[in-house]
Amino acid sequence: MTLAVGPGHYLFLSAILFTIGTVGVLTRRNAIIIFMSIEIMLNAANLAFVTFAAAIGDLAGFVMVLLVIAVAAAEAAVGLAIIVAMFRHRQTVDVGAFNVMRG
Amino acid sequence: MENLLWVVPALPLVGVAFNGLLGRRAGKGVVAFVGPGVVGAAFAVAIALFVHLVGLPAGERELHQTVYEWLVGGGFGAPVAFLVDPLSMTMVLVVTGVGFLIHVYSVGYMHDEDERGFARYFTYLNLFTFAMLLLVMADNFLLMFVGWEGVGLCSYLLIGFWFADRDNAEAGKKAFIVNRIGDFGFLIGIFLVFSTFGSVAFADVLPAAGAALTVGGTLAFWIALFLFLGAVGKSAQIPLYVWLPDAMAGPTPVSALIHAATMVTAGVYMVARLHPIYQMAPSALAIVAGIGAATALFAATIGLVQNDIKKVLAYSTISQLGYMFLGVGVAAFTAGIFHLVTHAFFKALLFLGAGSVIHALHGQQDMRYMGGLKSGMPITYWTMLAATLAISGIPPFAGFFSKDDILWRTWDAGHPLLWAIGFVTAGLTAVYMFRLFFLTFHGKFRGTDEQAEHVHESPPSMAVPLAVLGVLSLIGGWIGIPAALGDPLGGLGNAFEGWLAPVFERGEVAGELHPAVPPIEYGLMAASVAIATLGLLAAWWLYVRNQRLPEELSLRFRAAYTVLRNKYWIDEAYTLFVVRPFNALSAFAWRVVDDGLIDGLAVMGTGRLVRFGSGVASRWETGYVPGYVLVFFGGALAILAYYLLG
Amino acid sequence: MDFPWLTTILFFPLLGAALIAGIPGSRKEAIRQSTLAVTVLHFAIALPLWWLYEPGGADFQFVERVPWVDTFGIEYHLGVDGVSVLLALFTVLLMPLAVLGSWRYVDRHVKEFHILMLVLTTGMLGVFFALDLFVFYVFWELMLVPMYFIIGIWGGERRIHAAVKFFLYTFVGGLLMLVGILALYFYHEQVTGTFSTALADLIALDVPGDLQTWLFLGFALAFAIKVPMFPFHTWLPDAHVQAPAAGSVILAAVLLKMGTYGFYRLAMPLFPEASRTFLPVIAVLAVIGILYGAMVALVQPNMKKLVAYSSVSHLGFVMLGLFALTTTAIQGSVIQMINHGISTGALFFICGMLYERRHTYEIERFGGLSATMPAFATLFMIVTLSSIGLPGLNGFIGEFLILVGTFGRYPWLAGIATIGVILAAYYMLRMFGRVMFGPVDREENREVPDLSVREWAVLLPLVALIFWIGVYPRPFLERTEPSVERFVEILEGAPTPAVAEADGAVIVAADDEPVEAGR
Repeated sequence: MTLAVGPGHYLFLSAILFTIGTVGVLTRRNAIIIFMSIEIMLNAANLAFVTFAAAIGDLAGFVMVLLVIAVAAAEAAVGLAIIVAMFRHRQTVDVGAFNVMRG
Repeated sequence: MENLLWVVPALPLVGVAFNGLLGRRAGKGVVAFVGPGVVGAAFAVAIALFVHLVGLPAGERELHQTVYEWLVGGGFGAPVAFLVDPLSMTMVLVVTGVGFLIHVYSVGYMHDEDERGFARYFTYLNLFTFAMLLLVMADNFLLMFVGWEGVGLCSYLLIGFWFADRDNAEAGKKAFIVNRIGDFGFLIGIFLVFSTFGSVAFADVLPAAGAALTVGGTLAFWIALFLFLGAVGKSAQIPLYVWLPDAMAGPTPVSALIHAATMVTAGVYMVARLHPIYQMAPSALAIVAGIGAATALFAATIGLVQNDIKKVLAYSTISQLGYMFLGVGVAAFTAGIFHLVTHAFFKALLFLGAGSVIHALHGQQDMRYMGGLKSGMPITYWTMLAATLAISGIPPFAGFFSKDDILWRTWDAGHPLLWAIGFVTAGLTAVYMFRLFFLTFHGKFRGTDEQAEHVHESPPSMAVPLAVLGVLSLIGGWIGIPAALGDPLGGLGNAFEGWLAPVFERGEVAGELHPAVPPIEYGLMAASVAIATLGLLAAWWLYVRNQRLPEELSLRFRAAYTVLRNKYWIDEAYTLFVVRPFNALSAFAWRVVDDGLIDGLAVMGTGRLVRFGSGVASRWETGYVPGYVLVFFGGALAILAYYLLG
Repeated sequence: MDFPWLTTILFFPLLGAALIAGIPGSRKEAIRQSTLAVTVLHFAIALPLWWLYEPGGADFQFVERVPWVDTFGIEYHLGVDGVSVLLALFTVLLMPLAVLGSWRYVDRHVKEFHILMLVLTTGMLGVFFALDLFVFYVFWELMLVPMYFIIGIWGGERRIHAAVKFFLYTFVGGLLMLVGILALYFYHEQVTGTFSTALADLIALDVPGDLQTWLFLGFALAFAIKVPMFPFHTWLPDAHVQAPAAGSVILAAVLLKMGTYGFYRLAMPLFPEASRTFLPVIAVLAVIGILYGAMVALVQPNMKKLVAYSSVSHLGFVMLGLFALTTTAIQGSVIQMINHGISTGALFFICGMLYERRHTYEIERFGGLSATMPAFATLFMIVTLSSIGLPGLNGFIGEFLILVGTFGRYPWLAGIATIGVILAAYYMLRMFGRVMFGPVDREENREVPDLSVREWAVLLPLVALIFWIGVYPRPFLERTEPSVERFVEILEGAPTPAVAEADGAVIVAADDEPVEAGR
């Protein structure tokens, strides 16, 4: 008995991952955790892309995934650098501590 | 000769360039030669032109030269072009001739200046001569205006020549600004002329005046009146005379040249030059005559009680200019110009003589501290006497002929009231002039002992011009002996009237030569000589014979005396009613309108409004990152919902 | 005319800026000297235009036209007429003087200052050369940025305030103009079906009345701010007082001309009908500006502020002349643009020279300087007289042509404006007298040195121009006359129903008629 793994399952997984990431971003105060949650969301999107690309047979989806990975890498580099700078500045990565933009 | 007209104004301009650029390095000796030299040369060229002009038939005595096209824009055009006819020739001769004498005099008068000041002085003086020649030789309104403003500038620079004293600088500024008020009128006049005639050349405008304007028409009236406003400013008439007394702050030769002999008479020249326009506006001419007569009397009364020798002469100049305007105002243009010429001789002499006195007393100008200078300064004394007799109208001195001509023409033109004013003024003139003369030269010296020791006759460079002008003050009037007195010089007759006749031939209302001399002319002549003599005697009685009487009189007529001493408080009135309110209004415009309303309320107010708005809007920015994320997701969900459900 | 004169002249300063960028910032003297060399060379390159420009023609000359952004119909389109060639030449002449004038004044960030100056030059020239609205707008905004920094970095105490005010005020106007340009652009597409930002194409458009009115207002506001016309002038005194000497000079001499030039080149020819509708409004504002600027100048205690307000007054004359719509008056306006640049530029140089000596602009802190600085006094006097409009000097030529040309159409306005001539003498001589005459009553004024060779070099060319234009203005006037005549034709030839019906003579004879007809 084979367990048929179809596009539906992949999309379901993608949705679960995206929701986990969203909740993480919304609820956690640690900048690094937020950051990791964003990465999860990106990968959820990637999964959806790949799923659809395979299902439709269009290469554009795969290309988009590569683009997202590249963007995510760049974002990781810049984002982490910012977090390091923030930590140096305030000795914490709690986003609640950074409210200089408050009007 | 026609191509050489430009040489006359160019020569003083060469002097300006030399004295201005190299004068300081060249030294006083060279400047003392170049400064008067160029004017002398211009005078020589003017004489040559004059001889040439006399050689021409009377109707053709008119030379034109266009040097280059100057100001051309759209339909407007004005060249640098010169016109020499008997009228401008007369002015050129006066300007260069008297100007040359005063330049020579200045060499002596200004010898205490250092190199820089000496060169600067002659630069300005040459520049003045240049500008004045432009004014009188101009062939169009615009070039005349160049000279007009140019002489105003030189007046400003020379009044404030000793600028280290703030009063001098202020006097110069006042002169310039009051003149500018007149020039405003001149400019409007030019605009009106251009919009009426489509040209500003005298050759186009003046012959066409009869056709383009109607006698007594509004346009003619306003053109004439606005141009006259220019004359009022430049020639120090009511109500713009206030700058001239203050202008005495300049060196005395400057007062002689600019504020007596030449520049201030420019207004008279202008009215005479533009007589075809004025003839179309009888009511404007009446205003000219009325203002002239009023100024003559008004200034003479102030002159009665001044103690500063130069101030007396200043008011006397204003008064005599009033006579000239009275003359041209009754359309007796020849008489007005005649008085201009003789006045240039005797008034220049009076100022130079006064300068000689001031020089001898090391700057003392108050007549209360003079007296008895007769013995120490014989040349000054005798020449001053000639000039005083001339201005008082005692025959056969120059002033008699010209002043009498004006008075007679006034009467003859049917203005007995104006004549009466002129007649009374003639008496007052004799009083205040002989008051000056007696206070200065007769009686005892009232200054310090030190001054008394140093009293000396002036050096030759100053004495010779005095002597020349003294002779001219005596014989200068003989070129215009009225027909009523026959032809005592044999063949000369009324040469001046004949000389100017081609210019004014369409003009003279009073007629050229009266075929039969009405007996009343002799009567009026005798009356004016009588009142002048009376004035002379009154002055002698008051200031030589009973020297304490003037003081008693001033006490008895205290009110009148106070009014005159304070010059009718006209300066104070201007300050109170014009200058201060205007400055206050300006300050209001700055502080309240500009800083308060426009900048404060409108501009910065807009800025503050924006800032307030952003303050309100920025409340949304909590600075809490998850909050932003929540809004972001909310937004994303909303868009999603819109597409899925909508 | 194969050689791309205008492109060469336009971008040469940028080349120079690149060169300056290569010099280490610490070598201040080398930077100053190289910038001076660049600007002098620039002037030498541009000068042939004076002779190469054919005075007779009304068409644009030295035209360069290269497609730039094809899809949008944008072209790199340059050319000059008599007016812009004179303004451009004057700008190029002014730059070496501005560099010389800030030799001692600017001592911080010397390199950046000079690079900005060169970039600014390109921006200004681009505005004068542009015959394409897109190109015009690009350069219009380009020149704003360097000026912002020049005021904001090298200015006085309240420089930030002044710089921000200057920037915001001008930028808001610029944005309105941008909206106008876009609206015209799309209207052109609507009518003809093709995209174009070429000035000639857009002038050829017959924009309907309502749209004209709104677009004209957008353009007019942008330019009125720049002129600046009353009541949009309050950024000017702040900017002038705070800007460094060279900044003030360029601001007054060239940047303000951008406003009047904008009216001449864009606002009026693009919207002739609307221009005529608003003609009385603008003419009255111009006259108010003349008198108001003069009055406010009269009571200023600060020299630079006084000169700034005098600019409001002088530019009022230029605007009055432009909107009088007679060849004579507009000729006067054009020459007055140059004149104002010369005399006010020189006045700001003079203010800078006094500031270098005494570190103040307060008039009361001076007095009696004629005794200590005679040469300076002479040049200052000449410049003052030029600003007053003394006949024989340049200022008179412009003012007189404006007034005489306006008088035929608006006698009352011209008459009232003439009062400004009296007031000019009042406030300028008041300042000159307080600064230069009187006793030297402050010790610190006793030892001020007279002009240095460098300062002579700054002022002499301007004084020479003052005399040249005053005595022999023909070469200037004859270069601009055909262009001005064409300008008048464009504006008079506007197809306005009422005017077309009315007798032509009415327009000339009565001053209020064309206004009525224009509605």
